[in-house]
Amino acid sequence: MIYNDEELESADSQKNENTATYILRLFITGASPNSVRAMSNIKNICDTYLKDKYQLEVIDVYQQPKMAETEQIIALPMLVIKSAIPERRLIGDMSDKGKVLRGLGLKFNDWEIE
Amino acid sequence: MAETQKNKSNRSGLPYLHKSNSGISGLDEITGGGLPTGRPTLLCGEAGSGKTLMSVEFIVRGALEYNEPGVFMAFEEKAEELAMNVASLGFDLQKLQQDKKIRVDHVHIERSEIEETGEYDLDGLFIRLGHAIDSIGAKRVVLDTIENLFSGLSNQNILRAELRRLFHWLKSKGVTAIITAERGEGKLTRQGLEEYVSDCVILLDHRIVNQISTRRLRIVKYRGSVHGTNEYPFLIDEEGISVLPVTSLLLEKEVSMERVSSGIKSLDKMLGGEGFYKGSSILVSGTAGTGKTSIASYFANEACKRKERCIYFAFEESPNQIIRNMKSINIDLKKHVDDGFLLFNASRPTLYGLEMHLVSIYKMIRKFKPSVVILDPITNLITVGSVSEVKAMLIRLIDFLQDEQITVMFTALTLNTVVNEQTDEGVSSLVDSWLYVRDIELDGERNRGMYIMKSRGMNHSNQIREFIITDEGIDLMDLYLGPDGVLTGSARESQQLREKTGEALKNQAANRMDREISRKRKVLEAKISSLTTEFESIEEELNKVYLEETLKKQISDNNKEQILNLRTGQSKKKNDDDAN
Repeated sequence: MIYNDEELESADSQKNENTATYILRLFITGASPNSVRAMSNIKNICDTYLKDKYQLEVIDVYQQPKMAETEQIIALPMLVIKSAIPERRLIGDMSDKGKVLRGLGLKFNDWEIE
Repeated sequence: MAETQKNKSNRSGLPYLHKSNSGISGLDEITGGGLPTGRPTLLCGEAGSGKTLMSVEFIVRGALEYNEPGVFMAFEEKAEELAMNVASLGFDLQKLQQDKKIRVDHVHIERSEIEETGEYDLDGLFIRLGHAIDSIGAKRVVLDTIENLFSGLSNQNILRAELRRLFHWLKSKGVTAIITAERGEGKLTRQGLEEYVSDCVILLDHRIVNQISTRRLRIVKYRGSVHGTNEYPFLIDEEGISVLPVTSLLLEKEVSMERVSSGIKSLDKMLGGEGFYKGSSILVSGTAGTGKTSIASYFANEACKRKERCIYFAFEESPNQIIRNMKSINIDLKKHVDDGFLLFNASRPTLYGLEMHLVSIYKMIRKFKPSVVILDPITNLITVGSVSEVKAMLIRLIDFLQDEQITVMFTALTLNTVVNEQTDEGVSSLVDSWLYVRDIELDGERNRGMYIMKSRGMNHSNQIREFIITDEGIDLMDLYLGPDGVLTGSARESQQLREKTGEALKNQAANRMDREISRKRKVLEAKISSLTTEFESIEEELNKVYLEETLKKQISDNNKEQILNLRTGQSKKKNDDDAN
């Protein structure tokens, strides 16, 4: 992807500001099994690997259907990593820990050593 | 059609399948009223076959004409791109969206941006669609092309299960939906969507034969409804999609007793005195340069003079050429064009395939509503199709025109001078009237003769007429029979002159005889009168003698009596008595 200078700058500054802070947004659908699993899985992962370095916002799409269009939601549950550049999206119940961590931008080693 | 179906079902008292008019011209006729209401329809076809356009038209027409708002979910194009693409058809998607008549939602899905980390479902799509439907009260939904999900998401099992759920959900929502899909190898869709959407499947096709493209549509299945099963050609132009209406297989046409003049008085006289039947089909065939176009122009001119509309489909000459040429025989077509009664449509046959020609002819007829249509000449169509194809096309055209009570005149070129029964693209058996114009070569001259080969349902002349084109226009000369058969051109003229001379001589002879007779009569009359006079004088003579005789006799009788009286002495007494 090609960014022009301005975008790069602003992206950099944002990154600097939020150093070591992950802004996460989890979209779920009420209390469906997938949603419940995704919530507990992501909480576990965050607490284990990103302790105190993250903000997690859980949104029930049923409550805010407009979000579905603006956020381009198709598959649920979905985790949007807002702090990543470009914004990254993970779908599923977050049971594949390796993929979630890779998606979060954590090095493979980080979690394997611990 | 929908109406008739409704009535039928009502009569039987059973519940029937409701249909929603698609608003796409022709499609509703093939499907007998439109797409199944409240059910999904699968629209599949190759790239560029017109799937997106047809589905957009379904949504827009629904919103504009049937007051059924619609949701268009685009998986391929962005809303702006879509709006731009269909703007050429005059659809203003932006405005319709502002008016809450339709809603366009672009679904962006990119595999590289998405990581799958376990079980998921497509609830997001459901919620999104549900919200869009509810926000405008949509009755129609289009998913174009939902198969894109398969390239965005990798878990086929989940996708298939979810799609099945989606289609059930659409049904339960009661929306009439179109789902488009790419045509797959050996099956209707790449991902086998036909397994899930099974109520109505429509297949679009774009075929190139002999470098000429034809778009076709076929209804593969339609549960709970009768439908046309043929492949129907369709056209995409500046007014959207038009599907060629069904060829009616029934021969149950309304017929008219009304007659229309051919514009040539003497030809009308040959046709039972009144011309052709309204709504009939007329074929004018003939060799090159025999005046087929002129006859057609006369017919067009006559229709326009009656203030009826006429479309002239020219496959050989440009409108200006025809107008100029017809001016030379005293027909002013330009005036009719300016007055809006005459419409020229000139195109080379090779412009597109036969079916496309037919569709465009249909469209123009539907729009202009003429009462007379002319195709000049149909022979050229053979360059874009085989004889049987041309015949099939013309059958459909004639069917359609009869339905609409439009009189049609075809012209056709015959290459051989022998009248061939199978001539003229085989349409001679289809048409109601067939005029044949041919060259008659005689005495180093080429003249035109016109035959009426057939004219159904009227008393028509069996004679060959000489067909003359002059600065004043067309005329048919009465049949001229000389001692050597039918005479034409200068042979006819000279024979006429010869006969005129003979006539004059004969007249003179007769005059002389008359005079002789009158002279004789005068002589006779003189004689008669002299004899009468003679007779009268003789008669008088005889009368005189006779009178004298009588007088003499009377006097002598008197004398005799007096003498007798004197002798008897009574005479005195008698005389006294007489004195007393």
